[in-house]
Amino acid sequence: MEAPQNNVLLEVKNLKMYFPITRGLLRKKVGDVKAVDDISFEIKKHETLGLVGESGCGKTTTGRCILRVYNPTSGDIIFNGKDISTLSERRLKEHRRNMGAIFQDPFGSLNPRHSAGGIVSDPLKVHQMAAGKEMNDKVAELFNLVGLDPGMMDRVPHEFSGGQRQRIGVARALACSPSLIICDEPISALDVSIQAQIINLLEELQEKLGLTYLFIAHDLAMVQHISDRVAVMYLGRIMELTGTDELYENPLHPYTKALLSAIPIPDPIAERTRTRIVLKGEVPSPINPPSGCHFHPRCQIAIEDCKVTRPPLRDVGNGHFVACIRV
Amino acid sequence: MADNLEPTPQPADAIGAAVAPPRRSEWRRFARVFFGRKLYLIGFIIVVIIILTAIFAPLIAPYDPLVTDLYATKQGPSSEHWLGTDQIGRDVLSRIIYGTQISLIIGFSAVFASAIVGMLLGLVAAHFGGWVFAVIMRIMDALMALPGIILVLLIAGLAGGGIGVVIFALGFGAIPGQCRMMCGLALSVKQNDYVLAGRAMGMSNWRIMLTQIFPNAFPPLMVGITMGIGGVVLGEAGLSFLGIGVMPPTPSWGGMVNDGQRYLLQNPLLSIAPGIAIMLLVFGFNMVGDGIRDAVDPKLRGVL
Amino acid sequence: MSIVLDVQDIKTYFHTEYGLVKAADGISFQVNQGEIIGIVGESGCGKSVSILSVMQLIQTPGEIVDGKVMFDGQDLLRYTANGAEMRAIRGSKMTMIFQEPMTSLNPVLTICRQVTESLELHLDMDRQAARERSIELLKGVGVPDAERRVDDYPHQFSGGMRQRVMIAMALSCNPRIIFADEPTTAVDVTTQAQLLELMKDLVTRQNTSLVIVTHNLGVVARYAQRIYVMYAGRIIESGLSDDIFNHPRHPYTVGLLNSVPRLGERHGTRKLIPIYGLPPNLINMPPTCAFLARCTEKVEKCSKEPWPALRAVGDQHYISCYVDIKGK
Repeated sequence: MEAPQNNVLLEVKNLKMYFPITRGLLRKKVGDVKAVDDISFEIKKHETLGLVGESGCGKTTTGRCILRVYNPTSGDIIFNGKDISTLSERRLKEHRRNMGAIFQDPFGSLNPRHSAGGIVSDPLKVHQMAAGKEMNDKVAELFNLVGLDPGMMDRVPHEFSGGQRQRIGVARALACSPSLIICDEPISALDVSIQAQIINLLEELQEKLGLTYLFIAHDLAMVQHISDRVAVMYLGRIMELTGTDELYENPLHPYTKALLSAIPIPDPIAERTRTRIVLKGEVPSPINPPSGCHFHPRCQIAIEDCKVTRPPLRDVGNGHFVACIRV
Repeated sequence: MADNLEPTPQPADAIGAAVAPPRRSEWRRFARVFFGRKLYLIGFIIVVIIILTAIFAPLIAPYDPLVTDLYATKQGPSSEHWLGTDQIGRDVLSRIIYGTQISLIIGFSAVFASAIVGMLLGLVAAHFGGWVFAVIMRIMDALMALPGIILVLLIAGLAGGGIGVVIFALGFGAIPGQCRMMCGLALSVKQNDYVLAGRAMGMSNWRIMLTQIFPNAFPPLMVGITMGIGGVVLGEAGLSFLGIGVMPPTPSWGGMVNDGQRYLLQNPLLSIAPGIAIMLLVFGFNMVGDGIRDAVDPKLRGVL
Repeated sequence: MSIVLDVQDIKTYFHTEYGLVKAADGISFQVNQGEIIGIVGESGCGKSVSILSVMQLIQTPGEIVDGKVMFDGQDLLRYTANGAEMRAIRGSKMTMIFQEPMTSLNPVLTICRQVTESLELHLDMDRQAARERSIELLKGVGVPDAERRVDDYPHQFSGGMRQRVMIAMALSCNPRIIFADEPTTAVDVTTQAQLLELMKDLVTRQNTSLVIVTHNLGVVARYAQRIYVMYAGRIIESGLSDDIFNHPRHPYTVGLLNSVPRLGERHGTRKLIPIYGLPPNLINMPPTCAFLARCTEKVEKCSKEPWPALRAVGDQHYISCYVDIKGK
């Protein structure tokens, strides 16, 4: 790795991703879906940053902007000291090998017409990092790394179970020896008894290879388990960002509190003593989000001012960031 | 199987016990569904017979299809001429056998040419989206708005007859259909995360289109292509019937029906025999298309 | 407390081209009046098949081979699946809420039309009365502005709202029992909390029984009084909710609980303990315990004897296992 002065691997600054809504034959722009609306955070080397939120909060879009599958509307994405948010496709290709991606759906993320080995070797071919026998060895090594039998390399995805497919996805993400891996809901499509296998695999690989993860998920319990720090998103904005234990033990933002209280715990005794904050209404549309703080219409402690000013994400001490003027 | 253990990196015994799931051959499944139904099998046999007839026409045909015999015109079926002779004494059976060649050449060439162009346009439209999609699809819409037969008549009429013109006219007319079908399928394939994964790892647009999208969109298109052959043969027959298709004396089924209709009362076989040949060919290819559809994906039933 | 539903030894088999699949292989459970029970298991364990069998909604190639479903003193399996008796019960006394609120409502009919359907069918209400009652029902499940929205189409509702409509429909004829098949899997956590609280309030008020079928252990922990845990077509453990979650006795239940993280555990304090291996393929299963290949507690007897029947290990606590891991 090129040596930057600090230990920050990825820094996202004022990232915005607006998707235009067009209408009619001439594709006239009539509005924007503000999927990601000015967010900033950083990921340190070898850490796992959890990104949680409900569907439509922009967490997946954030991940795809970092992967540069989407071209961000504005903002900087600084990877290892280099801004990649505006790189041209050609320059970008060189950078891409530094990042890997794991996707949610183990059925949809693997090309059903290619063999497992072919899928894992794709990144190597694209970046011309290996060929022939060398590539074969590399793929076999990757199979071993994720706990798959290299003898199954020439099988097609539908011959594998969901958990095994997700391992193929992990192997593909690791193929170019990246330093950052974007994990987009990597376990939510798997059976409960299989999820822990994949989570443990990710943890081991992180230790062994010194990986950095952006772990995107809606399952807060799993995020708490795997992440060092957690960012909570709501309607395209980060509401709270802090160390995992701090977030769960001392949540400050009213949305975080409600979200945490809504998570069911598999323990009836603990459940009985817990008070559940049931939020009113539903998540508003990101096409026309509420003014001021996006959360104010559902917030129990909102005041007049919340409807007007957008609360900045401010540090309340010890790296605990919260975007709420009432805290 | 109950004893399938998923290999995991942790306990050594779990890796040791890793048993691969049984291999299922896609081809075997395909063959089982395809040949499992009688109608599809019949269609397949018809198609095979037609193709073999075309290839071995010189060996099978009892007479030269072009040689006339003015002493034996408009004869009924006999032991010398199984299907009789036409108005200038050519052997009808031989002409039908040679006509198979023309029909298949036109059918295959027109369909493959239109499929290649149509699929390429559809793939590009679906992959790039935006204005590329809009431009390509609007052009296709415009072509589709013209009734197919008028488009074909226009081209054939302007360029005169001949096999090449017929292929071009019929192929051109089939492009919008192929393009729309490809575009629709590609758009749905594109939703899959493996396409996203390809982009995230830096695959070029062409690589994504050809290795990720195309192989997954193609199987359902096989159905359209197979059935398209029947359609084009029918189209060729129509053109030849109208007298602007394959030029005489080349034996063409459509032309034979046209020639025979004037003598319908004296020797109906002159028109009916090539008519039946056309029918069999169209039926055969449609059945094969249906069979492929069911074997590729039963969910497509009623869609394609 | 009276028993509303007593399911005895239901066997539902699917005759597939690859072989016989015993999707539900001897399922028995009871539901008391006003009780909430949970049926928990992973995908393919037969939990949905079990309740579809009770409602006789199994389609070919599936077949209910054996069993008894006692509902209010009548054996439902003696009625034909689409006979008048069964139709009179389904949708009125026994209703169901499905997982997918997008597809379980008909997109071309207004909400009003769909809610009034069963009111007119089962309660013989006229148009106007049914309409008024459905507005009342929608208000009851918290659909805001119900008078106006009753004439909307399903696509004009959000996922959570659609699921509220489903709940209103399920409640419309004052059923004795409601089956909810993964009712909150397709919605977000905060919506899930809203829906579960709502369902609990409604059934408690009407003294209706509720069967929640889910793969999410957390969902049932708060609401269910009793839990049935299923694996490979059988119930492998059942008992009071507190016992199942805090003193599980079957190795699978123990493994399942150990493999999920719990909210509130400090980061990095516990490594998840996964259940190794895969759920079994249900085709042509061996007679031995289906969990055997993945079990960490197995003894010699397990691979020799057939899968044991449920046995009592405590008050209302049953397991189907030769080993009883009480100490853990």
